[in-house]
Amino acid sequence: MTDTVLNAREDARARGGQTSEWMPYLPASSSPYCPDGVEPSALTWAETVAPGGYTHKVVARGTRIRFDDPTGDACAHVIVYNALEPVERLNVADTLKIPWQAYLDAGHPLLSGDGRVLASIVGDTSGHHDAFCGTTTEAWCLQKYGDAAPEGPFPAGRSLFVKAAAKHGLAPRDLPPSVSFFQGVRVDADGAFEWRGSAGEGKSVELLAELPLLVLVANVPHPLDPRADYVVGPLRVHAWRSKPTGPDDDRFQVTPEAHRAYLNTIDYAEARGL
Amino acid sequence: MTSSVPVGATFAPDSPLDWSEPLVPGEVVLDERVAPNASWSAVVRKGHVLTIVDVGGNQSGDCLIYNAADTEERYSAPDTLAWQGNAYVRTGTVLRSNLGNPLMTVVGNEIDRQDTIGGACSKESNTLRYGHHVMFHHGCRENFLSEGQKHGLGLRDLVSNLNWFMNVPVEEDGALGIVDGMSAPGKRVAVRAEMDVLVLVSNCPQMNNPCNDFNPTPLRMLVVEP
Repeated sequence: MTDTVLNAREDARARGGQTSEWMPYLPASSSPYCPDGVEPSALTWAETVAPGGYTHKVVARGTRIRFDDPTGDACAHVIVYNALEPVERLNVADTLKIPWQAYLDAGHPLLSGDGRVLASIVGDTSGHHDAFCGTTTEAWCLQKYGDAAPEGPFPAGRSLFVKAAAKHGLAPRDLPPSVSFFQGVRVDADGAFEWRGSAGEGKSVELLAELPLLVLVANVPHPLDPRADYVVGPLRVHAWRSKPTGPDDDRFQVTPEAHRAYLNTIDYAEARGL
Repeated sequence: MTSSVPVGATFAPDSPLDWSEPLVPGEVVLDERVAPNASWSAVVRKGHVLTIVDVGGNQSGDCLIYNAADTEERYSAPDTLAWQGNAYVRTGTVLRSNLGNPLMTVVGNEIDRQDTIGGACSKESNTLRYGHHVMFHHGCRENFLSEGQKHGLGLRDLVSNLNWFMNVPVEEDGALGIVDGMSAPGKRVAVRAEMDVLVLVSNCPQMNNPCNDFNPTPLRMLVVEP
């Protein structure tokens, strides 16, 4: 009965209190999937992102962000920005060049173009990731799936990033190349990409926010996923309060490049009073 | 007149230079020289072919490309690589935009492969690679900002770029880096515009890695109407 405002209100309110497979959990401490070893009261972000869905959050410096791939079919396309000055953003070229390593793994920093670490990869049970191919465009989905409508069954990663960015006042020109987790690619001797796909179900990746971050996440198939169908699983996201990398952490001086990147990051944070 | 400004290095006087000529035949509509350390930009009309001459050999020309009518559409390294399924740029590579559209196509190339993985050098990233003592050095990101602002472009518009004549291999274990170049004086690359495009180039001033043989030399930019 939705014929009057009163009835419509009753009808709408009766819909509350339910759950779905894909939803944010508020408060975050109520998440049914709190990661092992994490105190639920420390959680600041808990969510299951739908297949073909996206999420975005501003998190404090020192936040630990965990992505879980419960089915082995998630693909987390990620862009991070300095939340205080979003013109500072993920720079994939520097993220590969500075550490002298193309394949993302635990210990790898996600660098901005300003010589600082936006986030450190501090945990990784997958090892199947990609920093070459970015995410999908509408043109890509159209030629692969025959459709690319953002509201339809074959949304492009870029379409989702456009909307996520817009919700923080950012325009399409603010979308740099992204990285993706849980679906891997390798480069052969001739430069050709070899598809490695997923490392299987139950894998996780953990990032540590080294500055206040705006995090954009799109959960769509990797562009080189060889399956003809649009196959992507749910993605879990949990974040909790922790500490940014400092001199007491092994990774602080793991390489001379990382050491100077952390020094630059701390220099910025201290000057801003963070 | 003298200056106390610590500007970047330029090529040794005895460096061999080969100014070469366009890689494809046609009427020359633009012929400009880019000095060491300097930046350059021009609109290349649809169907015209831009030849970049590596005049002194192994001189990285960092390059960004935009749809001249709407610069929100710009070069995308990941789209370029994903569509072709290969990490290197060679003859036939279609340089794609962030919308997946062809901006330009490599129609001629006189070295084994061109790079679009290594990105641009900057004052900031130089501090990570080499130390804070080189923070004062010039960098390609500085050039992109100086040249880009002439066209209303800023930091938000800088993305992973192309590096003509720079060599960045990816080894079996993922090791990646800028190594000695495979080019030589007079070697060329030619790219055909698939729409009206704005091309930005930084003649790389980097003096801390082999992207210019530690000897910054000029580039020659030639546009022909075939």
